[in-house]
Amino acid sequence: MSTPSSSASSARRIDMMRLLVDNKALIALALLIAVSAGLSDNFLSTDNLLNVLRQTSINAIIAMGVTFVILTAGIDLSVGAVLALTGAFAASMTAAGLSPWLSVPGTIVAGAALGAISGLFVAFGRIQAFIVTLVAMTVLRGATLVYTDGRPVSIGVSEAADSFWNLGGGYWLGVPIPIYMMFFVYVLCWGVLHHTRFGRHVYAVGGGEKVARLSGINVNRIKISVYAIAGAFAALAGAILAARLGSAQPNAGTGYELDAIAAVVIGGTSLMGGRGRIFGTLIGALVIGVLNNALNIMGVSSYYQMIAKGAVILLAVLIDSRAQK
Amino acid sequence: MSALLTSNGQAAVSDVSEEPRVLMALRGIDKGFSGVSVLKSVDLTLRAGRVHALAGENGAGKSTLMKILSGVYRYDAGTLSLRGEEVVFTTPRQAMDSRIAIIHQELNLVPGLSAGENIFLGREPRTKIGTVDWKRLHGDASRLLARLRQSLDSRTAVGELSIGQQQMVEIARALSLDAEIIIMDEPTDALTDIETGILAEVVTELRAEGRSLVLITHRLNEIFSMCDEVAVLRDGQMIHQGPTADLDEDGLIRLMVGRELAERYPFIPASLEGEVMLEVNDLTAPGVNGISFSAHSGEVLGFGGLMGAGRTELARALCGDTRISGGDVIFKGQRQQFSSPGAALAAGLVYVPEDRKQAGLILSHSVANNMSLSALPNFCGAFGRIRHGEEAAAVDQFVKSMQIKISDTAQPVDTLSGGNQQKVSLAKALMPAPELVILDEPTRGVDVGAKREIYLLINELKRQGKCILLISSEMPELLGLADRILVVADGRISGEFSRENATQEAIMTAASGLESDLSTSAAASNSTASPLSSSCNEMPI
Repeated sequence: MSTPSSSASSARRIDMMRLLVDNKALIALALLIAVSAGLSDNFLSTDNLLNVLRQTSINAIIAMGVTFVILTAGIDLSVGAVLALTGAFAASMTAAGLSPWLSVPGTIVAGAALGAISGLFVAFGRIQAFIVTLVAMTVLRGATLVYTDGRPVSIGVSEAADSFWNLGGGYWLGVPIPIYMMFFVYVLCWGVLHHTRFGRHVYAVGGGEKVARLSGINVNRIKISVYAIAGAFAALAGAILAARLGSAQPNAGTGYELDAIAAVVIGGTSLMGGRGRIFGTLIGALVIGVLNNALNIMGVSSYYQMIAKGAVILLAVLIDSRAQK
Repeated sequence: MSALLTSNGQAAVSDVSEEPRVLMALRGIDKGFSGVSVLKSVDLTLRAGRVHALAGENGAGKSTLMKILSGVYRYDAGTLSLRGEEVVFTTPRQAMDSRIAIIHQELNLVPGLSAGENIFLGREPRTKIGTVDWKRLHGDASRLLARLRQSLDSRTAVGELSIGQQQMVEIARALSLDAEIIIMDEPTDALTDIETGILAEVVTELRAEGRSLVLITHRLNEIFSMCDEVAVLRDGQMIHQGPTADLDEDGLIRLMVGRELAERYPFIPASLEGEVMLEVNDLTAPGVNGISFSAHSGEVLGFGGLMGAGRTELARALCGDTRISGGDVIFKGQRQQFSSPGAALAAGLVYVPEDRKQAGLILSHSVANNMSLSALPNFCGAFGRIRHGEEAAAVDQFVKSMQIKISDTAQPVDTLSGGNQQKVSLAKALMPAPELVILDEPTRGVDVGAKREIYLLINELKRQGKCILLISSEMPELLGLADRILVVADGRISGEFSRENATQEAIMTAASGLESDLSTSAAASNSTASPLSSSCNEMPI
C-alpha cells in the first residue's frame, strides 16, 4: 500500500508537523521567553530567571508526580491537600527539633502513604480515580485543619529549623535549593519512566489495562504505586514550601492540583493515558511559571493572569486534538 | 478521460437487457492519503438483486473503497453514479438518504440503548405532541427483527445481546432505512456457524427483494456459497470482477495474493512421545460448568463450539484471568490455581486473546514496546533497569522470524494490517518462551497470506514440543490443524474427536448441544460424535 518513493516528501512534511506538535510546549516556552524579554529588560536578568525557576519548582515537582498517575489514565485531585497536611507534618517535626535529614524523608513517606490509600481504593475498590481523589482532597483538607487547629504551624527557632529552612530558602553555588530539587526529581522520573520495567508498565496500564493484565502485569500494584509517587512528590513540595515560608499554612496548596494537571496537559500527556513524556511536564510547568512571571513584570493583575493561563491550557489541548486527526 | 467515462456508462446501461439493473457504478476512482495512493482507477458495478463479494488481502483497499461508497471519504478522481445519475457524496448522511447502508466491522451500536432504540436512532417515530412513540417504535422494530428471524425483545439493551444478534440489529437498521445497497464489512467474522447460516438466508431474501449487497469477507467458502459476483482488489487495483461461478477457491486466492499458495492447512502430526502437560479435572469457573480434559506437549488441541459456549471463558480461567471456583488444574505435574495472568505467565502458560484490539495489543504503542511487554523481566537488571540493547535484539529477531512487515519497530501498532498486528500479538506471547499457549481465534480478521504464516508458526511451536490449545470458530482451520478436537457447549465438553473421525457435521451437532439431547432421549445413533467418556481418556494418536 505504501509507495516509499512518491510519499517521501509528504512523509517528511508529516514528520515536520509531528515534530512541531510534539514539541509545542517547548516552542510555546521559547515564544513566551522571547516576548517577555522584548517587553521587559528585567526579564532576562539572572535574578529574575532564578526567581521564575524557584517559583516553578513547587508546581513542577507536583506535576511530575501527577504525570505518573495521568499516564495510567487516572487523575489525582488530592495533591494540593496532601501538600498542606504533609507540610504541617514537616513543620511540626522540625519544631520538635528533628533534623531535616529525618523529617524530610519522613514527610515524603507520609505523602506516599496518603497517596497509596487513594491508590488502594482506585485499584481494589474499582472506584473512579476522580471520585476517590476528590474524597481524599476533602478529607485531607479537613484533616489538615484538625491537625493545625486552623493556624499556621511554625518551624520554630532551632538549629534543625535553620537547616530545614535551607530546603526552601537556601542557595548552593548561587542557585536556590528548590531548583536543584526540581531537576533531581526530573532526572529520577525520566530514568524511571523510560529506562525501567516499572515505567514501561505505567505506560502499558494507561494504554490498555486489559492488555496489560493479560500480558502479565500486576495492574493493581502499578496503580497503587503511581498514586504513592504523586503523594510522595506532593509531600516533598509541601516540605519545600513550609521551609521557604518558615511555617506550614493550613490552606497551603489550594488549587495546586489544577496547576499540576495543567502543566501535564500543556506538556502533551494524554488524559486518556498511555501517552506522554516527563520532559513535557517540566516544560509545561515552566510555561505556566514564565507566563505568570511575565504578566507580573508587566503589572497585569493576577485576575487576568488566571484568564491567560486558561487560554494557554485551552490552546495546548486544541493543538493536541487537531494533531490526533 | 471524460469521454471514456461516458462510454463506460453507456455500456453499463445497454447491458440491462440481459443483466439486472445497475444500481451503482464506480468508474476510475482514485484515492490517496497524504500522497500514498490507496486506490488506483477502480471500477465497480453493483446490480440490483445481486450479492457482490469484495475480496482482497488486508490493506488492498477494500475498506477505503466501501467508505467512498458510503460517503465517509471523498475520492480524488473518477465518477460515482447512482441509478444512472452521477452523484457526489460529501457526508455519510447523503449516502444514507440515497438508500445506501454500511454495516461496519466494529458495529456501530449504543450498548446502553435497546435494540429498538438503536434501529431508529435519530429517526424515532413521534406522537402528536412530539414525544417518542414507543409503541410504534418497538412494534416496527419487532417486525423488522422478526423478518430477520430474531425472536429477541426489541426492548433488550444491545449490550446484553450476542455479537450475532447485534449484527442483526444493524441489518434491521439498514432495512428500516429501506436501503437498496447494503454493504457489510466482515459480517461473519464474529458469528458462529449457525448465525452465519441465518445471515446467509437473510442475504438470500434481501437479494430476492431486488436489493444489492456487498460482502467483504476473508472466508472464501462464503464468497462461493453466498455471492453471485466477486470483485478482487489487489494493491488498490481492481483486478477482477465477474461471476463467482467462473472461479474456484485456488483461482480466487491466486487473484487475491498474486501468487500460488501451497497447501492451505499444513498439518504435521503430533509427536508420539508427548507427555501430559495440562490436566483439567471438573473445572468450574464463570461460564465454565465442569470441564475435564488433558493436553500433551507437542499437541494442538482444538476447541470448537459456538460463540459464547464457554471456550474463551475456559481460556480465561486457565490463565488466571478469572477465578476458578471448583476442580483441579494440573500444569506440568503441579496443581495450580493462578491468581492472575502474570502468575500463569511466570509458570509458562500464556493466553493470546481473540480481541487483539482491546485485549491483545496497545494499539497506540510501538511494535517494540508491545512485543517485549510480557518478556520485559528477561531484559531487566537491578532496580528493573531495562537493557535496551537486549530488548531491541529480541524484538528484531521476532520481527524477522515471524516475517512481520514493518518499516520500524518504533512504528505504532495501529498502523499495521490485521495480519501483522496478530503476529505482533503472538510475538508478545511467545517472547517469554511459554510451554503452553492458548490461542483464541488466532486468524480472525487476518488475510489468507498471513493466515498461512500463522499456521506454519503453530506447527513450529508444536515441533518445539509446546502444547497449543487452539480455539477457533473456523471449522476447516480446526479440522486442518488440530490433533484432537474438543467441542464446548454450555460451558461443558459436548464432544471429543480424534483428527481421523472429526467432520464438520459431527462438530456442528456437538456444538449445538443436539447430541446430548439425542443421547438422553432415545436414538444415540450419532456414532461419529462420541461423548467424552472414560473411553476417551486415552489420546487417539
